Parts: sequence; C-alpha cells; structure tokens
Amino acid sequence: MTHVIEVEHLTKRYRDTVAVDDVSFSIEKDTIYGLLGRNGAGKTTVMSILTAQNFATSGTVRVFGQHPYENARVLERMCFVRESQKYPDDATPRHALRMARLFFPHWDQELADQLVDDFQLPLKGRTIKKLSRGQLSAVGVIIGLASRAEITFFDEPYLGLDAVARQIFYDRLLSDYAEHPRTIILSSHLIDEVSNLLGRVLVIDRGRIVMDEETDEIRDRAANIVVDAAAVEAFTAGREIIHRRSLGRTTSVTVLGRLTSDDRARMAAAGLDVAPVSLQQLIVRTTQHAAEQGGVSSSLEEGALR
Amino acid sequence: MVEEGRALFLQIAESVEDAIIDGSLTEESQAPSTNELAAFHRINPATAAKGVNMLVDKGVLYKRRGIGMFVAPGARERLLDERRTAFADRYVEPLLAEARKLGLGPADLTALINDRAAVTEP
Repeated sequence: MTHVIEVEHLTKRYRDTVAVDDVSFSIEKDTIYGLLGRNGAGKTTVMSILTAQNFATSGTVRVFGQHPYENARVLERMCFVRESQKYPDDATPRHALRMARLFFPHWDQELADQLVDDFQLPLKGRTIKKLSRGQLSAVGVIIGLASRAEITFFDEPYLGLDAVARQIFYDRLLSDYAEHPRTIILSSHLIDEVSNLLGRVLVIDRGRIVMDEETDEIRDRAANIVVDAAAVEAFTAGREIIHRRSLGRTTSVTVLGRLTSDDRARMAAAGLDVAPVSLQQLIVRTTQHAAEQGGVSSSLEEGALR
Repeated sequence: MVEEGRALFLQIAESVEDAIIDGSLTEESQAPSTNELAAFHRINPATAAKGVNMLVDKGVLYKRRGIGMFVAPGARERLLDERRTAFADRYVEPLLAEARKLGLGPADLTALINDRAAVTEP
C-alpha cells in the first residue's frame, strides 16, 4: 500500500495549549478517510499543517515523500477546503472558481458547471461575502470536487447545507471518486451521515490519535447488551465495558470485542437484547472512555503526589 | 436499507445473493458492478468491491475480463442450500427463545405456524 502522507511525532503547541500531541500516522493513497473528533480535538490544526498553512512545533510531515512547505510541486497536488475559507471582499463565486481553475492542474470545468447547477449557486451579481452560509459552503465543496486534486481535505464542508444539498455532495463525491480515485480526507461531526462513505477512520481526541482503522473492521467491534444488573458479569466476562447505564434493575452496557455466533446464541437463549453500536456511538463512547480513564489516572497521580 | 453493526461488505454480498435467490439476477447474467453497487447503496466503492470479491471467492460470481462480473452456473442452488442450513440458527433459535419466555411449547408453536400459514398462503 502506497502512502501519500507520512506524519511522525507531530506536535503543535500554542503557548500553554498542546493542540497536537506527538502524533504519528500515515495516509494511504486513493482512500476516503474520515478525520473525526470533537471540537478542539486538533483536526483543523493537523490539516493546516499537512497543507503547509501552519507550522509544526516539532515532528516531521511528508506529503508525496517531500516537505510541503513552500513546495509548489506538492501544494498544487493538494486542495484544502476550509470550514471558514476567506475570499477577497469583492470576489463573486465566479471569481473564486476561475482562481481555482488556474491553480489546480486537474481542474474539471464540466464537473464544476454541473455542481453549480446542482447547488443552485448564483455565480455573479452577488459577492461571496453576501452569500448565505450554505451557499458559501457550496463554493468550497465545488472547488474541492472539481479540483480533482490527488489529496483533497474537506474540513466540515457542509455547514449551512441542508439535507438535500448534503446528499448531493455525498453522491457527487462517491461517483467522482469511483471514476477518478484519489485521496479524500473528510472531517465531520455528522459521523453517522458519512460513515458509509469512509474507507478508513482516524479519530483524534485532545491532540492524540485514538483510532486508525478500516471502517468495516470497526463496524461490528462493539455491541450494546441490555441485561439484568445481577447478570452483567456472566455475560460480559473478559470484555472491556466502555459504557454502562442503569435503569432500575436493567443495565445497558456497551462492550468491546466482536461477538461470536456462540455468544449470540447464548444471549438469545437468555432473552437478552443485543443491539449493534453505530460508528458514531462507538466513537463517542471511545472518546468518553478515554477521557474517564485519563481522569482516573491523573487523579491517581495527584493522590500519589500528596 | 443498510443496517448498523454488521460489516457493510457482508450486507452488500447478501443483497446480491438475495437477488440471485429470488431470481431477479439469473445465472450467467451480468451482476451489478462495484461502482453501481457503491452508488446505489451510497457506500465507499472499496467496501462494495470487498463484498463482490467475497462472492467471487465463494464461486457465486465470476469475472469475464474486460466485461464485468457474471453469476456463476449453479450459484442459485448452492446459495439456497447455504441459506437452508443457516435457517435454524437465524430464525428458529430466536423464535424458540421468545416462545419459552411466553410459556409457549413446541406444540403451541406448530399450531400457531399452521394457523398463520393457512391465512397468508393462497
């Protein structure tokens, strides 16, 4: 498997805050990645550094085997669609698309025209500043797709887009990717909405990578089991419980580890409800779990200091 | 249509198998391509390809170079065999478990099934 991006021990510090904390990962060629995590987890910082729009405090970043900084040969092969992209005050969408056409060598004007139609974007007569939030997002999405860059970053690209427009984006992304495979890195809060599009998932939490896996591997990794409180131990023995909720005598636990058909048969025979865990739930649970464990260990350390 | 918690490529493979079993995809006819499956189910093409490859490994589909995927001869019969074997685990076991909870014995179940079948079957 070829890697188009390689990151080693990347750290980014802003004064007292560590935005990215000694992170190492690589990005496979022609794969759709989900870069997922909470607000402030470090997603945008990582993408800015990879596209040379921000500097690392330490660590190395290689894109197509080279340093991206002031490296035109690398930068013209990447497209970064920012959540809050700024355009010149008097620029119209038509200006923005013309600029993009000049910059990106694989730009497809036909696709751009088609997308302008799909999103019903007014090309002239109004500056980008005066567009609605959704129309502003559409400008970014159109540039990101039509640029056909070898690596495209979409940072929360759908803000203000309604459900119909988001579906258009997902459909166009899939069909164009099928015809022109390339590396796509999509950061998103709407995990369930995009999970089926993703080939791999990178989850970042408080500046660290907590998950880096194929989406399909994760899908049946956890299960929700609803069980009588007294019987929890019998059915979850040897499994890591990442979440637990109780209502009276009934307990709902989320356990890690794939259930074998024997497990399922045993649980069905006992009349337990076993429900799948969506990717979104799993990621929420995993980051909560990591936070709790982090909390526990730091309080232990404090205790040790006293 | 796509359910959570089960590997997507398995669900894709199963959807193609269902079409073969119900006869909408006949033997020796061309199966949907990876990209068609991806677009239809709105999933990653690599995932759809994994499902299709699994069917090739199982001998349900075969590849004609430069043309596409086709349904293998005898595929339907083999899939039916496989599904019949899995039927007890997948449907009868949970049925029995729920019946036990409600105090219904095997004889009650048989009667219920006969009653229902009489109503629904023409």
